[in-house]
Amino acid sequence: MKIKGYRRPDGKFGIRNYVLLLPTSVCSTQVATEIANKVKGCTVANNSFGCCQVAGDAKLTYKTVVNLGKHPNAGAVIVVGLGCEGVEPHKVAADLAGLGKPVACVVIQEEGGTLNALAKGCQIAREFAQQLSLQEKEEGDISELILGIECGGSDTTSGLASNPACGVASDMLVELGGTSILSETTELIGAEHVLARRAVSEEVAKKLITLVRDCEERAKALGEDIRGGQPTPGNIAGGLTTIEEKSLGCIHKAGNAPVQDVLEYADIPVKKGLHVMDTPGQDIESVSGMVAGGAQVIIFTTGRGTPTGNPLAPVIKITGNGKTFERMKDNIDINVAGVVEGTQTIKEAGQVIFDEIVQVANGKTTKAEQLGHIEFSIYKIAPTF
Amino acid sequence: MTKQAVVIDEKDNVATATVDLKGGTKVSMFVADNVFDVVVNSDIPFGHKFAIKDINLHQHVIKYGESIGRAIQPIKVGDHVHVHNVESERGRGDWQ
Repeated sequence: MKIKGYRRPDGKFGIRNYVLLLPTSVCSTQVATEIANKVKGCTVANNSFGCCQVAGDAKLTYKTVVNLGKHPNAGAVIVVGLGCEGVEPHKVAADLAGLGKPVACVVIQEEGGTLNALAKGCQIAREFAQQLSLQEKEEGDISELILGIECGGSDTTSGLASNPACGVASDMLVELGGTSILSETTELIGAEHVLARRAVSEEVAKKLITLVRDCEERAKALGEDIRGGQPTPGNIAGGLTTIEEKSLGCIHKAGNAPVQDVLEYADIPVKKGLHVMDTPGQDIESVSGMVAGGAQVIIFTTGRGTPTGNPLAPVIKITGNGKTFERMKDNIDINVAGVVEGTQTIKEAGQVIFDEIVQVANGKTTKAEQLGHIEFSIYKIAPTF
Repeated sequence: MTKQAVVIDEKDNVATATVDLKGGTKVSMFVADNVFDVVVNSDIPFGHKFAIKDINLHQHVIKYGESIGRAIQPIKVGDHVHVHNVESERGRGDWQ
């Protein structure tokens, strides 16, 4: 199946054509955001960290920032740094230079303050944006899509309707040669054995089980019952009783395809097919990790309702709760409450979601895009020093 | 008639209400291909669960054909099944 989008010099295929403002630390996020707000065609990926981090935690932020710069929905990148942070802006820009797309670097200390950095950044952003506006859409194959699958603000309709419907859509994409990512390690606790049965090898199954057990051990080390944090008070009000119940509903998002591999946070998959990525259950950090891993489009199920978007990837919101859809119509794109009410099959709902993915890939805007939702948050695995 | 509840797997000992159910209502649902009736003992809000089999103390509560935790008191057919009578067996840092 063919889709229309933007072919990048490195061969990757984007479905949006943004100038990405990429702050390397919390100290440069404000300036990067102001540039993005000033120039049409720009987007910005919030960075609350990037400095005074050590070991694996520092590496994770660095990798996330660089992989975002590689994202195919970014046609051009402007790295914005303060100048003295751990995630060094010139190093990030150098890592992106080989991609062949326009990359610039604006450093606040080198420019001599906010106003000079803003002026230079806006000038470059305007030039890049105009350059990108001349790029014509080309044909790509749907197998070039990486689909990120997320659930947030879950209730019991998520496990009954919207998640299994997403699973059907994910299976359809995988069948056509595409890639899907299931994330949220915490929300695999109690369901990992079910998912591991579908791993392509013993090794992948073991990796998956270890990942989930390690996550559980980290939670247990805090000395309290995980309930209250997971499931959340809202999940419980919606009828979800335990993390096991939430997890067993969550994994339905990934359909029935074999699990090809387990990825670390923000890793770009090298294989096609279904992958599991290690992310927290927190929606924004989870979606951010999958997008840093190259997901061009996200499907996001919600029972309670949530407005989440993303700076680079369009987010398609789906609910199986008819009341939530009525209440939060301006945030939710697809209503599959018919599955719960008995008027729509899961397969039919899955087809609706798949068709929407194709339309959005071809340029249809999602409600999160229209309302300017660009939430972004990098996963943190150690304290800041 | 509007679907009142669903049972996902035939091994399940709970059903999920797909409408708000009043206590004392006789609820009909499919378990595999057979219609099955349960009278709910209290109000069951939309999306919440009730027992379709008696569940003993510490017996597993089964949904999706898998354990979602264990009963912390005996649960009778038709009882509301939620945090007041079921506990998780995973992520229990308080159990050390």
